[in-house]
Amino acid sequence: MHRLPPFRYEAATSAASAVQLLAAHGPDALVVSGGTDLYANIKQRLFTPKVVVGLRPARDMHYLRFDQSRGLEIGALTTLARLAAEPVVCERYPALAEAAASISTPQLRTMGTIGGNVCLDTRCNYYNQNLDWRQALGYCMKKDGDICRVAPGSPKCVAVNSSDTAPVLQAYGARIRLLGRSGEREIDIADFFMDDGMRAWAKQADEIVTAIHLPVPAPNTVSAYRKLRLRNSFDFPIVGIAAVMQTDGGGRCTGARVVLNAVASKPLESPGAARALVGTKLEPDALDAAADAAYATGKPLDNTSGSIPYRKRMLRVFARRTLEACAAPR
Amino acid sequence: MREQELPSVSTATNPDGDARPLTSAVEASSVLRRAPQYPPDKPEGFSVVGKAGPKLDSFTRVTGQDRFADDIFLPNMLFGKMLRSTQAHARILRIDTSKALALPGVVAIVTGADIPVRYGILPSSPDEMVMALDTVRYVGDPIACVVADDELTAEEALALVQVEYEPLPAVMSIDEALRTDLPQLHPNPRRTNNIHKEVHLEFGDVEAGFASADRIFEDEYFFEGTTHAPIEQHAVMAQYGADQKLTLWAATQTPHYLHRIAAAVLGMPASQIRVIAPPVGGGFGGKTEPFAHELAAAFLARKTGRPVKITLTRQEVFYAHRGRHPVRFKLKTGVKADGTITAIHLQSWLDGGAYGSYGVATTYYTGALTTVTYKVPAYKFDGCRVFTNKPPCGPKRGHGTTQPRFALENQLDKIADALGLDAAEYRKRIAVDPNSTTVNGLRVTSCGLRECIDAATERTRYKEKRGKLARGRGIGLAASSYLCGAGLPIYWNAMPQSGAIVKVDRGGGVTVLSGTSECGQGSTSMLAAIIAETLGVDPSDVSVCYGDTDLTPVDLGSYSSRVTFMAGNAARDAASKARHLIAQSAAERFGVGPDRVGFAGRRVFDLGNRERSMTFIEAAQLAEARWGTIACVGSYTPPKLAAEYKGSGVGPSPAYSYSAAVAEVAVDLETGEITVEKITLAHDVGRCINATNVEGQIEGGVYMGLGEALMEEWPFRAGEHKIPNLLDYKTPTSLDTPPIEAIIVETDDKEGPFGAKEAGQGPLNPVIPAIANAVADAIRARIHSTPITPEKVLKAMDAASGTTLRLKKVTTPSKPSPVPV
Repeated sequence: MHRLPPFRYEAATSAASAVQLLAAHGPDALVVSGGTDLYANIKQRLFTPKVVVGLRPARDMHYLRFDQSRGLEIGALTTLARLAAEPVVCERYPALAEAAASISTPQLRTMGTIGGNVCLDTRCNYYNQNLDWRQALGYCMKKDGDICRVAPGSPKCVAVNSSDTAPVLQAYGARIRLLGRSGEREIDIADFFMDDGMRAWAKQADEIVTAIHLPVPAPNTVSAYRKLRLRNSFDFPIVGIAAVMQTDGGGRCTGARVVLNAVASKPLESPGAARALVGTKLEPDALDAAADAAYATGKPLDNTSGSIPYRKRMLRVFARRTLEACAAPR
Repeated sequence: MREQELPSVSTATNPDGDARPLTSAVEASSVLRRAPQYPPDKPEGFSVVGKAGPKLDSFTRVTGQDRFADDIFLPNMLFGKMLRSTQAHARILRIDTSKALALPGVVAIVTGADIPVRYGILPSSPDEMVMALDTVRYVGDPIACVVADDELTAEEALALVQVEYEPLPAVMSIDEALRTDLPQLHPNPRRTNNIHKEVHLEFGDVEAGFASADRIFEDEYFFEGTTHAPIEQHAVMAQYGADQKLTLWAATQTPHYLHRIAAAVLGMPASQIRVIAPPVGGGFGGKTEPFAHELAAAFLARKTGRPVKITLTRQEVFYAHRGRHPVRFKLKTGVKADGTITAIHLQSWLDGGAYGSYGVATTYYTGALTTVTYKVPAYKFDGCRVFTNKPPCGPKRGHGTTQPRFALENQLDKIADALGLDAAEYRKRIAVDPNSTTVNGLRVTSCGLRECIDAATERTRYKEKRGKLARGRGIGLAASSYLCGAGLPIYWNAMPQSGAIVKVDRGGGVTVLSGTSECGQGSTSMLAAIIAETLGVDPSDVSVCYGDTDLTPVDLGSYSSRVTFMAGNAARDAASKARHLIAQSAAERFGVGPDRVGFAGRRVFDLGNRERSMTFIEAAQLAEARWGTIACVGSYTPPKLAAEYKGSGVGPSPAYSYSAAVAEVAVDLETGEITVEKITLAHDVGRCINATNVEGQIEGGVYMGLGEALMEEWPFRAGEHKIPNLLDYKTPTSLDTPPIEAIIVETDDKEGPFGAKEAGQGPLNPVIPAIANAVADAIRARIHSTPITPEKVLKAMDAASGTTLRLKKVTTPSKPSPVPV
């Protein structure tokens, strides 16, 4: 990596002041919360902002509260370490706690935030490289080039969503709150992620993520998150599966969401997997059928660690294991 | 001028770097001649050697007080950056630096044309230049160097240098390098391909050996290339003073070699160059030769008259490389029905990358130590190193012996299984004996191989477990040996390999001057312990001054596991002389013979009557009054060990260390993921000087081997290193590293200092095959290539169970390597 180049750091004291600063500086500005992703990308010259708007001083985004009627509200600046340790998250949204606890290293979880993790730049091993490396191989469409190096025929960038919390939030049916010059809005998180590595979020340039809202889980909700990575720490997922299911009193599945991770530019929902589960008592056959559907949904490309055939094969294994973790009596 | 027409520097004839004795008093020399060179023992017993304790320099290192090369800042200094090739193989048609030079803040730019000298760490392959003159040979090959007032300006200037390339076909594999229709990286009219070095050696009657075998096993293996990944990136600070003297502070394991080659490349007398090796943040073989950035910084410091610092980025460290060669093997072993080896034929093909580096030695090392662990009566070795358009490979911990060890120990388990032998007992039965000579003429002295195997297998109850654990769980054993320093220097000379000066202060402090480099391996502590033991003082009384070519006598450097044995012996030699002077004057005071004087606990005493004693300070002052300044020199030259054949210079060592590792693993049969649950490693270190340090070296070797066994890869994409960063280049995290049990075995080597041998490299070697053998035990299938990834595990299991997904067979070039030219 290169040295961090000079830029002006503007501290936002509130969410509103962050929006003002972004509006004032236009495309020259980027926001930073924990900095664990952005600064590394700046050092690789993927971004060269003139202004960096620091969100950390904005106290109005540091909160986490649970309400029996509203559910869980997480301020965007809540650190991943806190999310992983918060009792209400561990009890009510265990898959979210699991996912947060599994991100990178303790040091990065202490700095990294939920807002930053949801807005983690999509990753690709042609893209996340130093400037001179990219220059030697030829630039890609995500930065300075015009074709996709992974899939040269692709009209769009196929960089991968590597956020561990994103698929889990989507499986829980989270909503995401955005604040911009034209005001505040809250949208379904599934609509926030877009399947385009270059434009991965339905977010205007002057908008920031201020909070994430998770509904109160229905009674008998079970959830789990499992991921594949090559090391037990410090690695991005190369396959991830989040599942959230509801059952009736008799153990019959009444609702399910299965979301794949690290195989597309957005968290990839598998409706087939959900269909295979709903109405069953989560017997092994049903879990197998759902794992098969998840397997069919995911189409990994050669842009992360691990080969395509291996990651594809692991989709079924990890789907099955995630579903088993959900189905297992607690 | 074309690159091929350049004169190459023959460092072989460079007579600099001598270490003249600095004995301060003529009279002292005459006394020393009567002294036994090595007291047979310490009659008063050891008081420092063998004790555990933290390394003396660990406190300053972990608190950030050590100043590494990159921590050095000088007034008015400049920052350098190197422009590197974006092409894997190309001719340079034009370099235009004018726009870059015009950038405010840029002070100077140089290119290959400014330093048209070829050099190489081995006198036999001087094929490198500081910067390319007319050809670039890998993505990352240096082309130009900019110095500017600050680092960002230098970086900005690089983008303004215009280079026009004429691309050439790139040679990216061993197979491609053997082809005759691709351009040669280094024109060689005697060949039509890109072979760099061939070795063909035969010892004993190989044909008869195979003819008398009951079974012959033939396998092919591939060992993947890996890199050292030291925490400290390479860095250098160069200063050229008004006195026309050049000082280099360099993150190097070998200040002496940098000194020699800097003199040759810069065309300066060595007497005008001082090389200082500050504490090094990890080397592992990756800092054992002069690098382009060091020579460029020196050149630019002289050109500009201002200090120049260059620190490589992590990506540049991957480009500077000199890492472990990827090697393919064909291994053929003949055995009797009881497993006795009758003959071995080993063929190796090394992917050398773009330049020679230590590669000629590496080639020999892939074959040289085959015979040092198990009895081999007949042995044939064919080695072949090729040039490819990749960063140059070189020495990494285990230098060239790590790769064949993977093949040999893997096949040995296979043989044991095929013959129904217990794999541990089998290894012990065929282990070499102490004080023997191998078929290729290597002298083995102390050898604790059987003891190591016993210790590691008994501790883990290996025999009860192997082959009997549930599927998915496995245990594996492997053994190995390593050098205690190469018996011959890399450039021919008759001088010592190590020198040392020991100075005793009248205040009781002792200073040792040694040309070693401290790269975290513990040389500082080792030297202090040896001197403290000899003089009966505390290691904290010893001040170690190392790695400074102006101050310290030549030591060839911290590589080849030579420092404890060679620098340790030199330091002991010097300290023994000081001891003798002090003993002589103390003996006169006690009225006894000098042999009756003991040294321990900061006291000097009469061994016959310990009540009669004085403090070490009193004894030192007495000696100084009697003899003058107490400053003694020592040196170490290994015994002549090389046999009478070409290539016999690689392999001999004054002693060999031995290791045995047992790995216990759990394999997830669905995902193929391997969890190494424990590594138990017994190491014959001869005699342990500091138990904490030896255990630390064992743990470090295990850790490094773990990464190579399971995850490290060296892939290329479109001619470019695919993952030159520490996120994508996988090394194990603390969560991937299992509990490690280190067992120290002592055999008291007769020639090592206080009986000591090496621990820096040897313990890595058995780890990789031990894990491979444990995985094979767990999945009932063998994997013939590293790293042993989850995907390979699944494919091997699929292949073993007859399903269609097959593990790609490791292949070696279809033709045996051509006959020598």
